Amino acid sequence: MNAYYGDFRAVKNIDIQIKPRQITALIGPSGCGKSTVLRSFNRMNDLIANSRLEGEILFHGQNIYADGVDPVEVRRRIGMVFQKPNPFPKSIYDNTAWGAKINGYKGDMDALVERSLRQAALWDEVKDKLDQSGLSLSGGQQQRLCIARTIAVKPEIILMDEPASALDPIATLRIEELIQDLKRDYTIIIVTHNMQQAARASDYTAFFSMDEDRAGYLVEYDQTQSLFTNPKNELTEQYITGRFG
Amino acid sequence: MIRGTFERELRDLQDRLLALGSEVGENIVKAVNVLNQRDLIGARRLIDADKEVNRKRIEIMTDALVLIATQQPMAGDMRLIASIIEITGELERINDYSKGIAKNSLLIGAVSLPDVIGHMPEMASKTQLMLRDALEASSRRDADLARAIPQADDEIDALFNLTYRDLLTYVADNPGSYELINYLEWALHNLERAADRVINICEWVVYNVTGEYIEMDSEFEAPPAA
Repeated sequence: MNAYYGDFRAVKNIDIQIKPRQITALIGPSGCGKSTVLRSFNRMNDLIANSRLEGEILFHGQNIYADGVDPVEVRRRIGMVFQKPNPFPKSIYDNTAWGAKINGYKGDMDALVERSLRQAALWDEVKDKLDQSGLSLSGGQQQRLCIARTIAVKPEIILMDEPASALDPIATLRIEELIQDLKRDYTIIIVTHNMQQAARASDYTAFFSMDEDRAGYLVEYDQTQSLFTNPKNELTEQYITGRFG
Repeated sequence: MIRGTFERELRDLQDRLLALGSEVGENIVKAVNVLNQRDLIGARRLIDADKEVNRKRIEIMTDALVLIATQQPMAGDMRLIASIIEITGELERINDYSKGIAKNSLLIGAVSLPDVIGHMPEMASKTQLMLRDALEASSRRDADLARAIPQADDEIDALFNLTYRDLLTYVADNPGSYELINYLEWALHNLERAADRVINICEWVVYNVTGEYIEMDSEFEAPPAA
């Protein structure tokens, strides 16, 4: 696929197969289109005025950009967690339940909230204060609350755009541990500037770079342990050893 | 240079590895010389010098681990540091064999040797050359050179077999010499093992360059009966 902002082609000729129930890290220097690619996976780029995509993104064999596809439903099934934790100015409970409520969930909401907060490794810390504001939590807790909110609508894929870059090192490691647990049930794609994080926390890594025409392109995609020990492409080697970028 | 400090520290590790390798290579030749020439003082010096080799090995290994902890090397850098750690371990073991030959020399004592170890100086020289080439391959990241070096071990093995046969023949003809011949067999064994360790170094050089660790041991051949 190719992604454009107006006439500017931001990413070109991207051809990648994301492995289910695995963690895929997207790495590369600033401006190479990692976040554009990530947002393409759940049509978040639709919200940017002059963005367009040429090509296909197939989810269960169906092109999510085909006519008639509901982008809201796409975003329910392919959820997103952002760099800056963004809990709503609501209670912890309401934050977690929000997505399910607006999707018309009719089941046991208390059970859903507990399950989601447990899966986000936050339940024990907040179970006695679910009525408190989500904004009263620490940065790391807020991010886990956002993950719980995403999980509550039962997505299949979770996209994470530098989910730990605004957090302290301990909170970062807790998010990484959480991601390892989540992959049992979800496919996870994570953009990160932190190569050590990509090496620690992912199963597969896709390295993007910027070409001379300033379009981002996929340089190499492989199992993380292979890419970080013996990359096939010289440019990958240069980037992950810090010789450029 | 984006990672100037890291590059300098890597180069420093490599330089120290090469210097240690050169010292270890010289010690193999010295060990056989002190044996051949009955230089018991030289033998004691070699034994004492092993402590310094061990110290240098630990230093290189520790500094390599510090680099891993502080610089989080990836890919080729990581493989280089891993191979440096392994190669210094092999060098330390090679020097242990030289120390072993020197100890055998002391155990034999101040007696002259029968004319049965004529091939050992050549074995020592060839081993030193193999080691020099292996370290050259490491320095130049030359996997092809590293792959070619084990062939030289076949020559050393052939000389080992010849010498071993000569020792067996001598002790068969001179049963009272069994203790002397036993020490010489141990010295011969140490020398042959030193060459085998150089092959291990070649394997780590290839791993560093290609990312693949492949064993290069030559086929085992039993020494001929006396």
